[in-house]
Amino acid sequence: MKRLTAAFTVCLMAGAPTWADPVEDTLVLNGETEIVTRTDAPPASADAFDEVISGWLFRGDETREMQMDDFDNPGMIFVEQAEDSWNTAEGDAGKSCADCHGASEEMAGVRPVYPKWNDEAGEVRSLEMQINDCRENRMEAEPWKYTGNEMVNMTALLASVSRGMPMNVASDGPAQETWEQGKELYYTRFGQLELACANCHEDNYGRMIRADHLSQGHINGFPVYRLKNTKLNAVHGRFKGCVRDTRAETFAPGSPEFVALELYVATRGNGLGVEGPSVRN
Amino acid sequence: MERKFLVILALAASTGVASAAETTEPGNVEFVDGAVEASLTGVPGDAANGRKIVGDKGLGNCVACHQNGDMTDIPWHGEIGPMLDGAGERWSEAELRGIVANAKMMFPDSMMPSFYKVDGFIRPGKAFTGKAADDSFGPLLEAQQVEDVVAYLTTLKDD
Ligand code: HEC
Ligand code: HEC
Repeated sequence: MKRLTAAFTVCLMAGAPTWADPVEDTLVLNGETEIVTRTDAPPASADAFDEVISGWLFRGDETREMQMDDFDNPGMIFVEQAEDSWNTAEGDAGKSCADCHGASEEMAGVRPVYPKWNDEAGEVRSLEMQINDCRENRMEAEPWKYTGNEMVNMTALLASVSRGMPMNVASDGPAQETWEQGKELYYTRFGQLELACANCHEDNYGRMIRADHLSQGHINGFPVYRLKNTKLNAVHGRFKGCVRDTRAETFAPGSPEFVALELYVATRGNGLGVEGPSVRN
Repeated sequence: MERKFLVILALAASTGVASAAETTEPGNVEFVDGAVEASLTGVPGDAANGRKIVGDKGLGNCVACHQNGDMTDIPWHGEIGPMLDGAGERWSEAELRGIVANAKMMFPDSMMPSFYKVDGFIRPGKAFTGKAADDSFGPLLEAQQVEDVVAYLTTLKDD
């Protein structure tokens, strides 16, 4: 049976030569850290894919190369800015992030497990929500705007220290209800164009939609430095853009809908290496 | 009410539709096996204008999903749907009208948007603003634009 399936898969692949397939390439960061950009599909997306493939493999040679070296990656400037912010005391408690957490490298392993259930709060929290919780309750500082520069930069710093670690977001236990909500959203055909995330990123990845090469829409690369708008883009900013492009009334960054969707989409890409800040067009 | 009427008049004037009264409203289009026999306007379609609509990003944007050998002047054709080459051979005019007006009547669950439909959407927006739809909401293509596109598609004969 197994062999039969394998033979069938080979046939399917050979039979689809018209697809603008993702490239064959290996992402090695700064000549030393290899990052997983292709791996067996995790349970959340095993019905849809044999393999999960990072958006990096759907980008052009030059774009991919920019991400391979920190000196060439424009997103790293923002990581440096966030490093300053990490070490700067703010708010009435007179504390910096470093005062509680130590060096930013100590946070390696955090990015891959978010969004994550928070027992005390009784909710699933994105990394942004957790950052603002620290700001408000531990630093007694103003929360940052959900997709504002300071916030996106800080998520870039936290991603950067986890680069290469596999995404490992939990969909079960107390997070399951939120995960189910996210799944429902993923398959809902929104807007006047009646398009669901799945229409583009599950049914048609690898194909061109006008000038865009559709990827599987994973979020292991976030935040993403986009050559198109020359800044770092947050996950919820990308979701907002994709929903808007269906001629729909979109959801707000930080909304419960987008947090649920983020949780679900993250689990579809479990096993892919953290890349943020990645480079895309 | 009065405002709506004015909008219709303005549209009729701008698109050159003879009279708003002859136009079949999106809700009244009759589909038989996915096809629409009757013209939506009674005015013959203009294939040249249809060609423009098929290629234009701001209008039909059909090439976002379909390759079309007749449009090598336009860069970047998508690969989501079948090639349009030979569509006028494979389908009758009535079938093409049905496919353009509401492809889901011909191909259930199709990814192709319904170009002449105004209801049944989930969170419809105001064009590409991300905001909720308001009274400016209308079908993706006007009735005569659908006719123009159909007239163009019927010319795509060579496979
Ligand atoms: C009409 C097509 C379409 C729909 C529907 C759509 N997207 Fe996208 N999406 C794109 C295109 C085009 C890109 C840019 C190319 C790429 O990375 O796939 C993109 C990119 C993305 C990316 C960035 C991937 C990366 O590696 O940088 C994510 C994440 C994403 N989409 C998620 C979603 C989600 C979640 C939804 C549903 C809420 C959705 N998309 C709906 C077309 C679409
Ligand atoms: C978002 C993608 C998308 C867009 C935009 C789109 N189509 Fe399609 N179209 C499809 C798909 C997918 C099919 C295949 C039918 C199915 O779903 O099985 C199709 C089928 C067709 C067919 C039948 C093709 C054949 O020979 O079998 C025609 C004709 C057609 N489309 C014309 C158009 C025209 C004209 C427009 C613009 C006014 C348009 N399409 C816009 C996705 C699209």
